[in-house]
Amino acid sequence: MQGKHWISALALTAGLAMGGTAFAQTTVRIAWYSDGNEGEVVADLLKRFEAQNKDIKVVLDQVPYKAITENLPVQLASGQGPDIARVVDLGGVARYALDMRPYLKDAAYWEKNFGPFLPWMRPEGDSSAITGFMTQLTVTGPFVNKTLFEQAGIAMPSAKATWEDWGKAAKAVADKVQAPFPLAMDRSGHRFFSVAVSEGAKVLDDKGEPAVIDDGFKRAAKRVYDWHQSGVMKKELWGSVSGTAYRGANDEFKNAQVVMYHSGSWQIAQFDKTVGDAFDWVAVPSPCGAGNCSGMPGGAGLVAIKTTKSPEAVAKVMDYLASEPVLSEFYARSLFVPGHLGIAAKGLDYKDASPQAKAALKVFSDQVAELSPVAYKLQGYVNNRVIFNAVISRLGQAISGEGTLDEAYKRIEADIAQQIAERKK
Amino acid sequence: MAPAETKPRREGAVAAGLLAAPLALLMRLVDGPMGALQRLIGERRMAYVFILPNLAFFSLFVFLPLIINVIFSVTGGAGLFPSERPFVGAQQYGYLFDCGSFLDPSSCREDHFWRGVSNTARFTLFQVTAMVLFSLLTAIVLNMKIRARGFFRAVYFFPVLLSPVVVALTWKWILQRDGLLNAAITSIGGERILFLVDPSWAMFWIVFVSVWAHMGFYTLILLAGLQAIPADLYEAAEMDATPRWRVFWRITLPLLWPNMIVVIVLALIKGVQTFDEVFVLTGGGPGTATLMIVHYIYETAFANQVQNFGLAAAASVVLGVVLFALTLAQLAASRRKGAA
Amino acid sequence: MSLVTKLATARRKPGRWHWTDIAAYAYLALGVVLMFGPVLWLGMSSFKTQAGLLEFPPSLLPMSQKEVAVPGQSQKLPLFEVEMPDGSKRVLAQVRRIGIQAQMVDPEKSGETIRVPIDKRTPVREFKLATENYTEPLERFAFTRFLWNSVFVTLVATIITLIINSMAAYALSIYEFRGKTAVMLMVIGTLMIPITIILVPVYLVVTKLGLVNSLWAVILPGAATPTGVFLLRQYMLTLPRDLIEAARMDKASEWQIYWRIVMPLAMPALAVLAIFSIMWRWNEFLWPLAVLTKTESYTLQIGLNAFQGELQTQWHYLLAMTVVTLLPVALVFVFLQRFITTGIANTGMK
Repeated sequence: MQGKHWISALALTAGLAMGGTAFAQTTVRIAWYSDGNEGEVVADLLKRFEAQNKDIKVVLDQVPYKAITENLPVQLASGQGPDIARVVDLGGVARYALDMRPYLKDAAYWEKNFGPFLPWMRPEGDSSAITGFMTQLTVTGPFVNKTLFEQAGIAMPSAKATWEDWGKAAKAVADKVQAPFPLAMDRSGHRFFSVAVSEGAKVLDDKGEPAVIDDGFKRAAKRVYDWHQSGVMKKELWGSVSGTAYRGANDEFKNAQVVMYHSGSWQIAQFDKTVGDAFDWVAVPSPCGAGNCSGMPGGAGLVAIKTTKSPEAVAKVMDYLASEPVLSEFYARSLFVPGHLGIAAKGLDYKDASPQAKAALKVFSDQVAELSPVAYKLQGYVNNRVIFNAVISRLGQAISGEGTLDEAYKRIEADIAQQIAERKK
Repeated sequence: MAPAETKPRREGAVAAGLLAAPLALLMRLVDGPMGALQRLIGERRMAYVFILPNLAFFSLFVFLPLIINVIFSVTGGAGLFPSERPFVGAQQYGYLFDCGSFLDPSSCREDHFWRGVSNTARFTLFQVTAMVLFSLLTAIVLNMKIRARGFFRAVYFFPVLLSPVVVALTWKWILQRDGLLNAAITSIGGERILFLVDPSWAMFWIVFVSVWAHMGFYTLILLAGLQAIPADLYEAAEMDATPRWRVFWRITLPLLWPNMIVVIVLALIKGVQTFDEVFVLTGGGPGTATLMIVHYIYETAFANQVQNFGLAAAASVVLGVVLFALTLAQLAASRRKGAA
Repeated sequence: MSLVTKLATARRKPGRWHWTDIAAYAYLALGVVLMFGPVLWLGMSSFKTQAGLLEFPPSLLPMSQKEVAVPGQSQKLPLFEVEMPDGSKRVLAQVRRIGIQAQMVDPEKSGETIRVPIDKRTPVREFKLATENYTEPLERFAFTRFLWNSVFVTLVATIITLIINSMAAYALSIYEFRGKTAVMLMVIGTLMIPITIILVPVYLVVTKLGLVNSLWAVILPGAATPTGVFLLRQYMLTLPRDLIEAARMDKASEWQIYWRIVMPLAMPALAVLAIFSIMWRWNEFLWPLAVLTKTESYTLQIGLNAFQGELQTQWHYLLAMTVVTLLPVALVFVFLQRFITTGIANTGMK
């Protein structure tokens, strides 16, 4: 009697321990970082997926962004990565990405709807792999505190105004209403290059190799540098930290201290939530430079990882998340600009957004058409973050008073050359 | 070693018991096998048994990694495993020491490394000086006849327990443009000061915060030294009506010297290693005004898109050699003191 | 000790205040403000709303704008104090804002709409704790799981550290054996290596051992601390040798001497090491972040930092969660402070 009890107890424990694998479940792990509510939204969508696919368990590991930039590459290199990861450094992670074509239900659907973004996530030299999709297409662009303009009694520059016009207008407004930041720009490579590309920078040569310092680049660098000298921009962002650190002015903008804030589409959700009724904010089309009026595209991609043990299950999860109804719901609820051509063409109805946020999302979605081919090429360049980091670090030093712009140009070229040489060893 | 307050309070005993109970059980379990082992190998060789577990962990997680680091430093490329990395000899060290003039970081190929070296040197100098002065002052005050000494001692020790990230976050919250300190300044009619955008202020504040966070620990070391000074020496000085500053100079300071050396050396080593606090507080800025060596190593190995483990490892080997030299210097200093 | 101070201060007549006493108390008072103030400020800030955190000048206490229900309005309306054109002041509720004009009503007698320029109004505020800063993230994350992992890591790591470090310290302080100098040199030489600079090699070792994503990957690498060995050895050197010799005469085994005699005598030093180990382990961030990638194995420090995004940091959550991780430390401190401080003073750290 006694013995039998023991056996059944053991069996029960064993059954409980194996509970997870009772239906021969496959587990798919996703490493995910969040800026806003997108983590909650995707968790919700995945719950639905699990209900439909009892044989696949999806675990969403929500991590700090630091884990994605700094630790994920080491984990991937040592074969310890997740099955799917949400990443920003698309070029860097592409080497570890899984080509999902053999496993996808309908590869043509992916080609058709994610076409322009697929190359961003391909390893160097590959021109056909499908490795992931954009959870968020970001476009850089400025936000303007319209109320401050009204209080100052100054008219906002029109749609095709230049960076110079905006700089002057923002300074005039700030002087009048005593706002501490006339124009603020995130300390980020994408933000800087949106100015540089519009000033005519080419960044890459005909062979696709970096040739960063040209006249367009210098015009942009000089502009940003001069803005800091004349007080249009404040040193708190570009001049306050060293190296590749990111700094944004979203908190200052929310607090009505910034007249014009050059950032990007991802800010909309939080501005909508936190600015509330305090002032009117609008997104304006990317200002123009000597070359064009382009912003920079970017964003976070969801990429399948090569080392996964169950590529079929991974592809199934990806097929589900990338499908039109699911993805539209994801973009709509997280207030992201769609990185899906079909959805973008139809126009997305952001149900939960206020009229202000809807208007801003429309401005950014329209900007996608204005993007210059140079901007696309730079975003798709595998080593683009090498370029971005070198520029942030060296331009930041010049702005804070350590050395001249010419020295910064030399350092930028040297930094890029050295790092790319190291990668090719 | 003054047995002044060895009686731990009841709370202490309870907490220690929580940890000690499982420990004692474990010890009792190993007792039999250990006794048998001793009969087998003899009393003297038991030393190796005692040192073995620690040495095993140590070799695996400290010594082996250090060797891998040296291997990293003589290889190149972006590979993670040593087998994937081509041998480049002393090239990484060559990059580090490729300088027009060693006095001017901007003439160096790896200018950030040398800025790190010079910032770390300056920071360490200021920090050690301030640390010694303030912990000495605090220890002397705490050694006076004051009420609620236990409370005040605790107050100064409290920040030692905070993590570097919390320390930096707390102060950042106070020092930023719209922080508490600027609110205080503007409320008395002053102009806002951008503490973290001005290079001299930034250096001042990282020293200040570092002293704030760690001085409690050093104060206790000095306090223990002060309390160990024999009372009759003071008595004799009293009889001769020696002025107090002379008593301090002739009696207190010389007798406190061994503890002072501990404080100086520990603060020195801590200063050279500084990273997290400064990283969170200033991010190495403005410009590169507070960029430290360990921050440079971290940035080179992790934050860049091409994670350059080779160069980072070379820099860490150089740092390691410097730290080792400092340690030997400490040993020499304390030996001489012991002999004297 | 009290004798020393009595003698050192004996020249002062009892009951009379010497200027040095006043200076000392002033210094101590300043110390209390400087040492406790910042952390207190952090704690109070963690109860402010997202908007409250951003305002300047910051309010001392967590405040938020008062809202009132006004008949005829479906939602509660925010209250403002308004300076009227004639210079008088009125408390009005805002219906909506259009550009730089606000439409307001008097909450007492609704109906009449008053147009007010927005720079003529200041919000009426009341004391309110934004407890949602705490409850929201705690609900969203597997808090109990993270807490358990953190407690497990901290306790197990501390026990292992205490055992193996004290064993090594015992060997290094009591015995003479071949290779002792080499071991000592190794311990001292690595006393100064910060983990940051060997992060990648340690990661490789842990990977090869197959420990990634196991809590042991966090526990084991830091267990053999050179600092711990050094501290314990220095303390054990001061223990009387006769005790050990006497025990040997009584046929006690070496192991018994170690844990029956030396360990209890080394209690103050062990306590100091235990406390430092607890602090190190509890606060560890960089290393766990590198080796733990699965939600079920996260420690508190990683789990609660998940809302540090690429482009945004949700400060109100971050501050609140910082306070949460700080609480156990504060508790340990409140209960053990005397034990900690006397322990350190007594180990002398010489």
